[in-house]
Amino acid sequence: MNYETIIGLEVHAQLRTQSKIFCRCATEFHASENQNVCPVCMGLPGSLPVLNEKAVAFALKMAVATHCQIQPTSIFSRKNYFYPDLPKGYQISQYDKPLATAGVVEIVLENTSKKIRLHRIHMEEDAGKNVHGERYSYVNYNRAGIPLVEIVSEPDLRNAQEAAEYLRTLRSILRYLDISDGNMEEGSFRCDVNISLRPERSDRFGTKVEIKNINSFRFVENAILYEMERQRMCLEEGKRIVQETRLWDEHEGKTFSMRQKEEAHDYRYFPEPDLMPLEISAEWVSQIRSTLPEFEQVKKQRFMTQYQLTNYDAKLLVQEKSLADYFEQTVHRGGDPKLVCNWILSEVLREFEVSKVACSSLTPGHLAELICLIQKGTISGKIAKDVFEKILKQGKMPSQIVREEGLEQISDAAQLEKVIEFVVSEQGDLVKQYREGQKNKFSFLVGQIMKKTQGKANPKIVSELLKNKLEREDT
Amino acid sequence: MKISPQEVERLAKLAWLKLDPEEVKRYSQELSSILDYVETLNQLDTSQVSPTYHVVPQKSHLRKDEIGRSLSQEEFLSMVPAHEEGAVKVPKIIDIE
Repeated sequence: MNYETIIGLEVHAQLRTQSKIFCRCATEFHASENQNVCPVCMGLPGSLPVLNEKAVAFALKMAVATHCQIQPTSIFSRKNYFYPDLPKGYQISQYDKPLATAGVVEIVLENTSKKIRLHRIHMEEDAGKNVHGERYSYVNYNRAGIPLVEIVSEPDLRNAQEAAEYLRTLRSILRYLDISDGNMEEGSFRCDVNISLRPERSDRFGTKVEIKNINSFRFVENAILYEMERQRMCLEEGKRIVQETRLWDEHEGKTFSMRQKEEAHDYRYFPEPDLMPLEISAEWVSQIRSTLPEFEQVKKQRFMTQYQLTNYDAKLLVQEKSLADYFEQTVHRGGDPKLVCNWILSEVLREFEVSKVACSSLTPGHLAELICLIQKGTISGKIAKDVFEKILKQGKMPSQIVREEGLEQISDAAQLEKVIEFVVSEQGDLVKQYREGQKNKFSFLVGQIMKKTQGKANPKIVSELLKNKLEREDT
Repeated sequence: MKISPQEVERLAKLAWLKLDPEEVKRYSQELSSILDYVETLNQLDTSQVSPTYHVVPQKSHLRKDEIGRSLSQEEFLSMVPAHEEGAVKVPKIIDIE
């Protein structure tokens, strides 16, 4: 029998605020263990939570960017359960009155695009981080109380590729908004997969399984592919799918059933008495709306029309907003768009990670000046690569390096004629062979001339002059 | 409204309370009578009343995103039963089949 796969994703993204959601503890990632804790996030008696305005603003940005309906009033609730990473015995979350509902995210697939509906977006606090040893578990509470947005999709995804592209798109939106690192490996972007199978053309959902603990985009795809096959085999053998939580083990390439020691799942939600209803004014929403950036796909289209870049090049440039901005700043300083694009995608990205280019020592000013020197013919493309290395080492402006080291390209015909004269007389045999029809000797002669000028000769002019000379003269 | 001994046992499990059979029986009766009393409210027609999330009609106070003083690691760890290398040490909490 053929089956259709039904996938819905729950994504938790940490918001990049300075302080936690309900207290003033720092959120920095690299603090030593249990360094950023206080009576509020540790649930000590008598402490009271106060909501962080920026966390709300960030969550609103995400909700507006994904076309959600923003609820004028939303409620924080207590989700009660006992687990060591949760010091209060409950997590402050949103339950029956979330911040936002009914959104949509458009994903771009190979030849088509697809709209994935969002069920809801709500705010909550993160729990502590557990490390499990042989006999004990170890808990670090620095993460407890870091603001999260939980983004819940409708079960609109149908395969691993769609799920991966949806996640990539969410991450891109979060990063374009500059509200989350979206780093799966470091846990600032986490994903739970709900997956079930049903016979093709059936309109009822099968029993779903939740997969947790997936910490890379590739693992999400692998876990889905494995689980699709596991469930298919199960159904083929006439067995029933057990509704459960499973964990992905990348080493084994398998999902495992996770048995938690507390088995009863009844969170006994009730309104958080220490937090008043969150009211979002229409003004706040429209103010947020007016600050939204141009997102990845729109920017890509604009780059293709405005700068005549190929789909491939534009796609690479817009993968990070900071990289796209870097490209445009370089172009605005006079760099030819195609040339700037080539330099970024080859030389610059060879040196720096995509997300690090904008904060690297190589500024758009450096790159633009370098490219302008090539455009004006002051230096050759080959010399430019040497200058590029020197900028990275010395941090000087390219024109200064060119001036100090005398790297200006030689385009003066009289000066080049002399060198050509010299090389032609020195390489008599080669010249003869060329004239006898071995045209491939030409580039070798050009190479010799370049060598004599330490690469500074203008190759285009050298070619013209040399060609003239070889055709004109008989020796 | 009747709260069965089974329901009391389930609630006790969720709240991580240990109850002996005598207590289960007693709480089953007491909880039932409390809920019966609260049940009186159901005689009122509340179809036109919106749910009370909070008894004080206030809206949320928001604070600026500023870092304040936390407990020191030492202060915090002095409050927990066991710790190792800065982490709080607890009985193993995960079990994979």
